[in-house]
Amino acid sequence: MRVSYKWLKEYVDLSQTTPQELADKMTMSGVAVEHLEDLGEGIKNIVTGRLAKIEKHPDADKLQICQVDAGTGELLQIVTGAANVREGQVVPVALVGAELPSGLKIKRSKLRGVESLGMLCSGKELGLDEKSLAEESQGGILILPADTPIGKDIKEVLGLDDVVLELELTPNRADCLSMVGVAQEVAAVLGVEFHPPMIEVKETEDNIEGLARVDIVDTDLCKRYVARIFRNVKTAPSPQWMQQRLRAAGMRPISNIVDITNYVMLEMGQPLHAFDYDTLGGQQIIVRRAVPGEELVTLDNSVRKLEPEMLVIADAKAPVGLAGVMGGLDSEVTDETKTILLESAYFDGACIRRTSRKLGLGSEASKRFEKGIDLGGCVRAADRAAQLMVELGAGEIVRGVIDICVTSVEDKVINLSLERVGLILGIEIPKDNVVNILKGLGFGVEDQGAQLVVKVPTRRNDITLEEDLVEEVARLYGYNNIPTTLPDGPTTQGARTYGQQVHDLIRKTILSCGLTEVLTLSFSNQKLLDNLRIPQDDSQRRAVVLQNPLSEEQNMLRTTLIPGLLEVTARNFARRVKDIAIFELGNTFEPTTEGKLPVEHLTLAGMALGQTAQNWQGKPVTMDFYYLKGIVEALFTALGLTGVSYAAEKSNPSFHPGRTAKVLVKGEEIGIIGQLHPDVAENFDLSGEVYAFQLAADKLVEKADLVKKYRSLPRFPGMERDMAFVVARDVEAARILEIIRANGGDLLQDVTIFDLYQGQQIKEGYKSMAFSLKYQAPDRTLTDEEVNQVQAGIEAKLAEEVGAQLRG
Amino acid sequence: MRDQLAKIKEEAVAALEAARDLEQLNEVRVKFLGKKGLLTGVLRGMGGLSAEERPVIGQLANEVRAYLEEQLETRQESLKSAGKESRLLVETIDVTLPGQPVVLGKMHPLTTVLEEIKDIFMGLGFTIEEGPEVETDYYNFEALNLPKDHPARDMQDSFYITAETLLRTHTSPVQPRTMERLAPRVPVKAIAPGKVYRRDDDATHSPMFHQVEGFIIDKGITFADLKGVLLTFVQQMFGADREIRLRPSFFPFTEPSAEVDVSCIMCNGAGCRVCSQTGWLEILGSGMMHPRVLEMSGYDPKEVTGFAFGMGVERIAMLKYGIDDLRLLFENDLRFLAQF
Repeated sequence: MRVSYKWLKEYVDLSQTTPQELADKMTMSGVAVEHLEDLGEGIKNIVTGRLAKIEKHPDADKLQICQVDAGTGELLQIVTGAANVREGQVVPVALVGAELPSGLKIKRSKLRGVESLGMLCSGKELGLDEKSLAEESQGGILILPADTPIGKDIKEVLGLDDVVLELELTPNRADCLSMVGVAQEVAAVLGVEFHPPMIEVKETEDNIEGLARVDIVDTDLCKRYVARIFRNVKTAPSPQWMQQRLRAAGMRPISNIVDITNYVMLEMGQPLHAFDYDTLGGQQIIVRRAVPGEELVTLDNSVRKLEPEMLVIADAKAPVGLAGVMGGLDSEVTDETKTILLESAYFDGACIRRTSRKLGLGSEASKRFEKGIDLGGCVRAADRAAQLMVELGAGEIVRGVIDICVTSVEDKVINLSLERVGLILGIEIPKDNVVNILKGLGFGVEDQGAQLVVKVPTRRNDITLEEDLVEEVARLYGYNNIPTTLPDGPTTQGARTYGQQVHDLIRKTILSCGLTEVLTLSFSNQKLLDNLRIPQDDSQRRAVVLQNPLSEEQNMLRTTLIPGLLEVTARNFARRVKDIAIFELGNTFEPTTEGKLPVEHLTLAGMALGQTAQNWQGKPVTMDFYYLKGIVEALFTALGLTGVSYAAEKSNPSFHPGRTAKVLVKGEEIGIIGQLHPDVAENFDLSGEVYAFQLAADKLVEKADLVKKYRSLPRFPGMERDMAFVVARDVEAARILEIIRANGGDLLQDVTIFDLYQGQQIKEGYKSMAFSLKYQAPDRTLTDEEVNQVQAGIEAKLAEEVGAQLRG
Repeated sequence: MRDQLAKIKEEAVAALEAARDLEQLNEVRVKFLGKKGLLTGVLRGMGGLSAEERPVIGQLANEVRAYLEEQLETRQESLKSAGKESRLLVETIDVTLPGQPVVLGKMHPLTTVLEEIKDIFMGLGFTIEEGPEVETDYYNFEALNLPKDHPARDMQDSFYITAETLLRTHTSPVQPRTMERLAPRVPVKAIAPGKVYRRDDDATHSPMFHQVEGFIIDKGITFADLKGVLLTFVQQMFGADREIRLRPSFFPFTEPSAEVDVSCIMCNGAGCRVCSQTGWLEILGSGMMHPRVLEMSGYDPKEVTGFAFGMGVERIAMLKYGIDDLRLLFENDLRFLAQF
């Protein structure tokens, strides 16, 4: 809402304040002023002047030499290039030393040898909207009304000696979408009196009854319909003062009739619509839902297909307007219009909102209906328009008003207990203060001791509860005058839940392993899954789809974190970061049956490309499968997770068939780790071996065991034995470890692989592996004999089951 | 024989002196004092001596042996310590070379700020609540006093999944979810951090961002308490000399509602580019819980009151670290992330 400071002065005394002070006070009491706009900013020393004489420039076809009377006591010679100037016109004259909003400074100059002591100004040069000007002034010098006094400051003449307060209104303050609403608020904020406009209607002898009939069919969507009729209508431009106010408010002056409706909307907050009475079939207004198949040509000359959820204004035959959104072309007021039916109605906000959204038609009027107008103000607005019609000589008022109202219009009565004010705010505000604040807002207050009975006018439809009144009191008392305390209830314990602790532990462990955390958007698309080579029937293709995505790239929710990490890797790689080790902990989304929320899976994924940090001491380590696997293993250790196993995964199309493993915990698959398929890397513009893992973090939470228990330390020395053998290459380490463990009995405490060799000296297709076995008994020192026996047993089983040949 | 002994002594002393290391010293020991050494050789020749001379020479020989052994030991000690020193000298390294690198992963700055916020509120006795990122229209809007077609829904342009489900536009739905679970128990003190989504994507908006919602419900909770809790948070987050300022505002789920400004952390309130010369930075929305919100989730607004607040984590991170472009937070440039 744009509020002209000059206009506002008509309703409240602003002599004790500056626009800036007012703006600050309003902002701190709840009606925020976003911006102050000085309309005359940059305009200096420009006055009105009469073109006393115009001659052709002797040496230039397009230039004219004007003798201008600018009230300085002598005629000024000014050369202009404009073609629309005539002798006798009054125009804006920038004198020598003048400044224009563009920053231009006017100096004494010579144009083709002729001296020029200033410049004649166009509307555009003064910062006016070219299209809002009268035709004769468009594209040329601004021609002012002939009776404009000369030598006057142009800012005063054009109403540019004004400041506009641009309000940033919260949705509840629809009452401030009107000058009178803002004025009432300002009166309360400043503690001054509010003077509403005096409305007087001079009606003619005729009576509206018998001239028209109004029926509201769909009373759920239209609560009130007020109509007035004007006769002997004469369309003409509206007066300068009205045009200036409309302009300051950001509206374009059009003609007296349209301008009056807009002016009253700005002043009273009530949108009005003028119909050409003679075009209305049956001189009848029917407010009803549209019938399927109905169409309407709206004012902007486009054919609108109407739907039954839209409210229309119809005559006896067909729709003549889209209620609250846009009028119909056929019933538009034109220069030929003789009689007008003026509508001042209350339409349902939600309905208007839906219709204007559906058709993409938003206007100052629809905005006001959507936010809710004053049900009690319809007649006053119609009367105000009637008054202006007469004042402007635009028409005569037929006596009477049609007022169909399907609900009662009464001020809301709310009891406000002073105790409640204290309970909510934490401060006792004296009764006198409370009463004055409420009265300042225009509310009726009846003092009943501990309780006030408050009458809230209909224009404040945001106030329905006692708490709403408490807010009114608090904001005008000043939020910053309320003390600062801490709750004094019982002490509560702040703590993380078990799941939250595990999440934090996961993040901290991965961080300490050297992966950097990234955060990517939760959106995805099927193309990304194509790039991951995910088959069409794969479960990861089943995604939660957005109805209204910002773009096709973000049209669904992610089912895997891998593409996000690949994009981050690729982006960094393109920026010449060669060694990348990252992870993300976030949700993936799995659709469920219709009507239910998707399942959100907390997921952990990591990715590595390149090498670990360069070091002068030795070669950096390539971040490969085992590098990432080591991190995953460290995570499992940190989480106290047992029963973890890895199984070769040869058929996941996103991954390298020979370098990928499923991760299982006690037989349940919880993730994957491996090298991404080279084609996948290529699809993301990556070269080199990219490794990744993805784990179901919610499963990790479920399976983690953070409870620690002490076990006594061994009291007897243990024994360590090595074992080396040759075995076929395709025998997995896990299988060998399994055999060793299964046959190590109670004495075998631990086994680790310390060497793996394949190459020269080893038969083709075979590999050499060396293991270190730790034996220990809790109750005695072990003897060579008993350990030898166990070792022999293990060796025999290895030979039997996987054909391992012991190396000497 | 006397002369012989004197000569051995002289030669041995010279040899001990000449020995350059422990190995040479040992050779000297073997040569003169060993079982087959020169001194032993002399003693073996004592058989040819007269009975008077034998004890005299014997004693002399023993004196020479004792003397040489003493000298040997001294020499040994000095050679040992010299050897240690020279070894240490050889072992000298360039201590200015960098150490074996230990790479620490970096936490994303938004996570860091979220952790900090959580820690502050846990210290104030708040629990941490969670809720789904895909929400029902009921929890995201209706339970927060935002019925369908409420114009305030325009404040938040939503991503819809179906007519009834959407990506949550704020972390506020965790409020009714938590209340429904706990009602009518008090006190409730909780924060709800998490991801939220709005249909906005430009230099200052990301379609996904993070919020922390917080709320308290108890008997006798006041607007003054809201101010106190927020002031405590702000001073812990941004420094003890920060002040707050509350401006009336509107949220459908609070009444009265307030925007909370913190005195500018860049200029201390003097006015600068960051605070648009106002001296204040808007960081929070807050207010007393709307009675309808309490009621809908099972609390009696006549019995208990509450307050709620919500803050944008990106904004706080940007202020804290002086980040001037929101998009950096989601680009994940490792050179950017390495700075935190």
